[in-house]
Amino acid sequence: MDIFSADWLYMYMPIAGMKVLWPALLLIGFAVGVIGGFFGMGGAWMVTPGLNIIGFPMAFAIGTDIAHIAGKSMISTIRHSKFGNVDYRMGLVMLGGTVAGIEAGAQAIMYLEQVGLVGSVVRWAYVVFLALISWLVFYDYAKAEGGTRPDEFDRQAAEGVTWYRALHRINIPPMLHFPVSGITCSLWLPVLVGLVTGVLVGFLGIGGGLLRMPALVYLVGCPTHIAVGTDLFEVMISGLYGAFTFALKGRIELVSVFVMLTGAAIGAQIGTVATKYSRGYGIRIAFGVAVLCCMVSIILKEFGHEISAAVIILSAISLICLYIMKVMFVGAAQELREKRQSRAQARLQNFRRMR
Amino acid sequence: MKAMIGLMHVIRRVLAVAVAVVLFAAWAVPAVSGEFVVVADTRVVESAILRYFADLYNINPFMNAVWAVVLTALYGSFLGILMDFILSRTGLDLSSRPSDER
Repeated sequence: MDIFSADWLYMYMPIAGMKVLWPALLLIGFAVGVIGGFFGMGGAWMVTPGLNIIGFPMAFAIGTDIAHIAGKSMISTIRHSKFGNVDYRMGLVMLGGTVAGIEAGAQAIMYLEQVGLVGSVVRWAYVVFLALISWLVFYDYAKAEGGTRPDEFDRQAAEGVTWYRALHRINIPPMLHFPVSGITCSLWLPVLVGLVTGVLVGFLGIGGGLLRMPALVYLVGCPTHIAVGTDLFEVMISGLYGAFTFALKGRIELVSVFVMLTGAAIGAQIGTVATKYSRGYGIRIAFGVAVLCCMVSIILKEFGHEISAAVIILSAISLICLYIMKVMFVGAAQELREKRQSRAQARLQNFRRMR
Repeated sequence: MKAMIGLMHVIRRVLAVAVAVVLFAAWAVPAVSGEFVVVADTRVVESAILRYFADLYNINPFMNAVWAVVLTALYGSFLGILMDFILSRTGLDLSSRPSDER
């Protein structure tokens, strides 16, 4: 394995004071870009252990991860916006609740830290929420599959679990219309969803995509694609805020952020374009699998199996990344083939008319 | 041209939000408390740009944080536009998608 001892493969990180294998940074950025662009999440649960494995101290891993997530979400938001997947009005309305929620969650953490319960309480709370989300995703799919015929399926929003319908009936003014998502609801619904997911984000110390994306689908009633794009917009804003606070504490290695962003730029395009060739329920099922892997790795970590946890996470990243790349390349190849065929047919018709 | 103008509007919104976030963070974040401080060793840094940022990190943490956010936002936007330009050359329709849930 002398290949990894070549000098040019290493970059000096002036703040962390260490040399890092830059192709590994590029690869982490790429993989997380693919997965984040497809599911509408930052991917802190993937990047932090990845950086830790290649030698970053944990404090630098978290700060660098947050800064990279901000940049990556910006790239994905630009792409999703062109598809019309970003509901800016919804994102901005939720933002107030999200910021207040993050602060409230952070205060809860400070209290738990004082009474010495922070580590295990946070980890088990995280496991419970991940279990709930994965159950919800699979239950929704099973219900939708069993309860409707494809020809009568509502093609705009979740059909299995329809909690958002009950929540839309709460007519507390002001009522707002969100044309991009195609829903009308009380202003307080997205604000409260932002607040609750924000509290969990602050409490669990994560970017929030894992929680906000399903909340937008099942509680607010956004179509899956819109939920993915809007969630990335929220992740971008909270990521920039997080990047500032971590940089102020001197926990961001800007050089590695730039290297990871370069990989993420390519990955994010693949992940985002793949949403075009995947149906809403396809995205949800893959998301449920990712959440399950994340949950298993946290449980393993809690019982001291650090290596097994890292293996589970890295295997999940690799397999999900390959699945998304397959969706994108197969879909793109089919689209280009259809375009070529229609052009050939048009030429043939022109030729016949000429004759 | 129309797509380019649309993209510019998106980037303008994104950057406006980024600036608002930085200003809010500058107002909301209290001064750094006297925690354990990591100092960048500038003696082993050869590149002039890296030396400037390592010095800035040691001397002025606030400016270093502002630079970190601004550069991340700028580089993210630059990569977004560049990849958009490259993808638009592939012939794929990147302005619409079927709104199928299943």
